[in-house]
Amino acid sequence: MSVLKLQPYKIFTVLITGMVLLGPGLVSGEKQLAYTSNTCLACHKDEEVLPEDFFKQDIHFISGILCADCHGGDSAEEDEELAMSARRGFTGVPSKRQIPAFCGKCHSKIEYMRVYRPRIATDQVQQYLQSVHGKKLGQGDEKVADCTSCHSAHRILPASDPRSSTHALNVPQTCKKCHSNSIYMKEYNIPTDQFEQYAKSVHGMALMDKGDLASPACNDCHGNHGATPPGLESISHVCGTCHLNNMQYFSDSKMGEAFVEQKLHGCEECHGNHGIQSTSDNLLGIGEKAICMNCHEQGDDGYITADALHKMLRRVVSLYDSAKVKRNKVQQIGMDDIEIGFLLQEAKQSIVQARTLIHTFDTVKVGQKTAEGYKKTKQAVILADNTINDFYVRRYGFGAATFFITILIVALFFKIREIDKQKRA
Amino acid sequence: MNKKSDDRLLNWLDERFNISPFLDFMKHKQVPIHKHSVWYYMGGVALFLFMVQVLTGILLLLYYQPGVDSSYESIRFIVTKVNFGWLIRSLHSWSANLLVLFIFIHMFSTFFTGAFKNPRELTWLSGFILLALALGFGFSGYLLPWNELAFFATKVGTDITGAVPLVGKAIKIFLRGSEDVTGGTLLRFYAFHVAIIPAIFTFVLSVHLLFIQRQGMHEPDFYKKLPREKQKTIAFFPDFFLKDILLWLIVLNILLFLAVFFPWDIGIKADPFASAPQGIRPEWYFMFMFQTLKLLPAHILFIEGEIVGVLMFGVGGVAWMLLPFWAGKINAQIRTRVLTTLGLLVVAFILVMTIIGYVM
Amino acid sequence: MSINRRNFLNIFLGTGFLGWVGSILYPLISYLIPPKVSEAKIQSVKAGIAADFPSNSGKIIKFGRKPVILIKTNKNKFVALSATCTHLDCIVRYRADTNQILCACHNGLYDLKGRNISGPPPRPLTAFNVNILNEEIIISKPSEMS
Repeated sequence: MSVLKLQPYKIFTVLITGMVLLGPGLVSGEKQLAYTSNTCLACHKDEEVLPEDFFKQDIHFISGILCADCHGGDSAEEDEELAMSARRGFTGVPSKRQIPAFCGKCHSKIEYMRVYRPRIATDQVQQYLQSVHGKKLGQGDEKVADCTSCHSAHRILPASDPRSSTHALNVPQTCKKCHSNSIYMKEYNIPTDQFEQYAKSVHGMALMDKGDLASPACNDCHGNHGATPPGLESISHVCGTCHLNNMQYFSDSKMGEAFVEQKLHGCEECHGNHGIQSTSDNLLGIGEKAICMNCHEQGDDGYITADALHKMLRRVVSLYDSAKVKRNKVQQIGMDDIEIGFLLQEAKQSIVQARTLIHTFDTVKVGQKTAEGYKKTKQAVILADNTINDFYVRRYGFGAATFFITILIVALFFKIREIDKQKRA
Repeated sequence: MNKKSDDRLLNWLDERFNISPFLDFMKHKQVPIHKHSVWYYMGGVALFLFMVQVLTGILLLLYYQPGVDSSYESIRFIVTKVNFGWLIRSLHSWSANLLVLFIFIHMFSTFFTGAFKNPRELTWLSGFILLALALGFGFSGYLLPWNELAFFATKVGTDITGAVPLVGKAIKIFLRGSEDVTGGTLLRFYAFHVAIIPAIFTFVLSVHLLFIQRQGMHEPDFYKKLPREKQKTIAFFPDFFLKDILLWLIVLNILLFLAVFFPWDIGIKADPFASAPQGIRPEWYFMFMFQTLKLLPAHILFIEGEIVGVLMFGVGGVAWMLLPFWAGKINAQIRTRVLTTLGLLVVAFILVMTIIGYVM
Repeated sequence: MSINRRNFLNIFLGTGFLGWVGSILYPLISYLIPPKVSEAKIQSVKAGIAADFPSNSGKIIKFGRKPVILIKTNKNKFVALSATCTHLDCIVRYRADTNQILCACHNGLYDLKGRNISGPPPRPLTAFNVNILNEEIIISKPSEMS
């Protein structure tokens, strides 16, 4: 009906719009049809007043959410004035403080969202309002992050898309935009070297250098919409989401209880936070690098335990290292090292487990594990020694062969002499 | 009784193949006895070691699998899982080294006793070819375990051939089977080692032995000057032959001793993308050449030092090979002295360079 | 006496010769006898009788230098995966209660396809082929890897 009423030039406009949109976007086929009657886009495109970050792969654009669906107005109306009139519900560009609610219009409505993404959460706005960002915005601070600070406004891609500003690989860069800017962050009195530290940390290097998505980005510990620094009690839970055993051991330990009482920051107290480094056995014990010595003093219980744990671990690890050298030797001389390899693998497993068990600070438990590892390593060492020995013991067999050959040599020698004598005679 | 059945067998064979001239030849062949007789045995020992190589080589073929992923593993398999595999492999390696050593000794003994001279020019020539082939055996066989040391030694070794003017690049690519040492090189060396060189070697060796049998043992000048009745000889068969066997048994014993007490290890598997380890060195018999090339300055009269070195060895090698053809032209009075001095210089050069190579 | 002496020498020579032949032939023939594992590269391993393997359980099988975990699921399907955890090389085990593969070192979990589903493991476990041939379980390397 409405089609019949259209004047020829309007049909032409619609067609052109359709072609422009359909041409490059054939992939998303039908969805693009929604834009054939999108007069907002038609005009904004012609007059080149599209939003700065407008991007054709934007998820809303692709899903057929019209400009008017967010900004109000009437996208079917030809008349500019009418289309963007308050009467037609036009709201225009939201102010910073309006943004959470602006997005929440749809994103907090489960019955709306599940049409598009059955599994998507709808509590982002609620979470945001709980976050430091959200609270500050509520107080009128317009410098804090709103939805668009991280997601952009018209270039939104799902976090699973590597081009997205919220994809795990890009999150550190996204947060860094504000949090590493010391001038911008000045009034908040919080450090701005987190990114720098993180980039050098074991997590940062795994994520950003190696592209290992299993390694945490900022949001994996701080949350994303509910971004808050993990509190005293939650810190071990944050680390424990991945480091399950370490968390369990630690919180069950005497040390864990004491930490809670004294309001110490769980894991972070020893391992640090953003700049966390790969651990080494020397972080334990009473040596120069030992963290234990930050709090404990010579002679106290902690000192004794730390020393004992360190020694247990060192004992098995140094034997393990020498066993590995022996194994290489066995391999190089060309003897069978497969069994030694299996034993060493078991030993290594015990060592790895003992290193985790350190977090119980229980010399008995750790002692059992290191003893287990020591036993396996010792077996490997003995086997390697025997194998190396066998390599040389082979010479005994040579004795038998050489005995007969020597007999033959001697007999032959006399035979030759005998023939000589006969000739002379 | 034994004698009779022996005779009957001989008659039976003689009727069919006319072997009596051959038997007569063997019976009447005499080997001179004098103070330098011991050198007559060196070639025989080399022959024995070659036979050991053929036997152990064939045995290794039963389990060896050439290929980047399998060479090292199959050698490991041979020395760890196959009964006496370690022995066969160790024997093959030791015997290879002794073979080259005895070929060198054999060559220098014929040089210093003057045995290469007219009419034995071709024997010398064929012997030289056998030496070159033996070195080829060593070079190609060294790579087959595909361990780190062999890999890089081959890389350096084939690189040197690239320094030969004009054809060097082509030779290098021919040897490597590609621009670089790869799995292709391994297959190529395998083919050289088990098929191409053995075939040529066997042929040249037969010719070499035939020449020796036709011409008889060389008699040194001082022996020739002795009066007829003082020229002591022994029969080639059985006297000399038995002594040969005796020596072979002793060598076998030594070989077993070396193989058992100083077994060869199999090293670390080659990783073409790893950086070269410290102290890459070729096998000892290439050391003097390797060391000379290393010691040469980068440039000698606008020519690259390496090219000069390679050319020098090339010219020297050809001159050495053609020794019998030009040595005769030296003034007879000083000939022996000139040649002895030359020989001593060559030996001294080889020894000094080898020692420097290992000490430095 | 001379005859005696010659006889003695011949016996001596004969013994030496026989001993020599023996000491050459013994290693030679043993060398020719094929060893238990007939090839340098292990391509497959036998892992027992299929029917004897308890349902809903796992077992570590030595596959050359590498451990492989063989699992019979509660639906009596066989699955073989590399048993080396992709995190720190510990040996994984089968958890019968949750039907998952667990690495006890750091609580890494894998599903029965070998996918790392929780904990620190960065990569899935490599799958091996399992075939039943004449009632016997045979684990073999995936063909694209050989």
